[in-house]
Amino acid sequence: MSNRISVMVVSGSREKLQMAAMVASVGAVSGSDVHVFLSMNALSYFVKGAGEEPPAEGPVGTLLAQKKAPPFRELFASAVDLGEAKIYPCSMAMDILGLEQKNLEDFVGAPMGLTKFLDEAGGGQIWSF
Amino acid sequence: MSTRKLVDARGSFCPGPLMELIAAMKAAQIGDELEVLSSDKGSAHDIPEWINKVKHEHIETREEDGVWHVIVRKAK
Repeated sequence: MSNRISVMVVSGSREKLQMAAMVASVGAVSGSDVHVFLSMNALSYFVKGAGEEPPAEGPVGTLLAQKKAPPFRELFASAVDLGEAKIYPCSMAMDILGLEQKNLEDFVGAPMGLTKFLDEAGGGQIWSF
Repeated sequence: MSTRKLVDARGSFCPGPLMELIAAMKAAQIGDELEVLSSDKGSAHDIPEWINKVKHEHIETREEDGVWHVIVRKAK
């Protein structure tokens, strides 16, 4: 059985970004081979220096911001630093938003297409947020 | 000689205390003990799960005045 966890992140909501980051970080430090694919409304929250925080969908998202929950960007960075996760921006979303890899946070790797991401995800767990 | 390092993660929420422990584990020597302080009850249950999964040694979990102390020995 594959030990791969593929996490597809498309939402720009605080709750979904947080949960995706939790799955990626805990999975990566627990011995799984974690690959993350950032697309759609999620990607703009990984632009370096953007500073914009995602809106909450509901009360938990508001509380996440008020309390000392680990920020989702920090968790994704930990997934890479501590668990050797790989984080790929979607090449289509990069084109739509007019972004280059240098515009994104340092823990985000080179752009990847959906075909390759899905091919590499075969046989493992796939999570979508 | 082995030592015990304190990882004070009080005030953080899951998986913050676990991530702080793992960062400290990276810097520790085999045989060293680490004691995580967490005010997050979920992490007090989750950290021992991680310790057992990755095969370090869970020494003890105890609660004192609303703070959980999770003690682990780095085994590899």
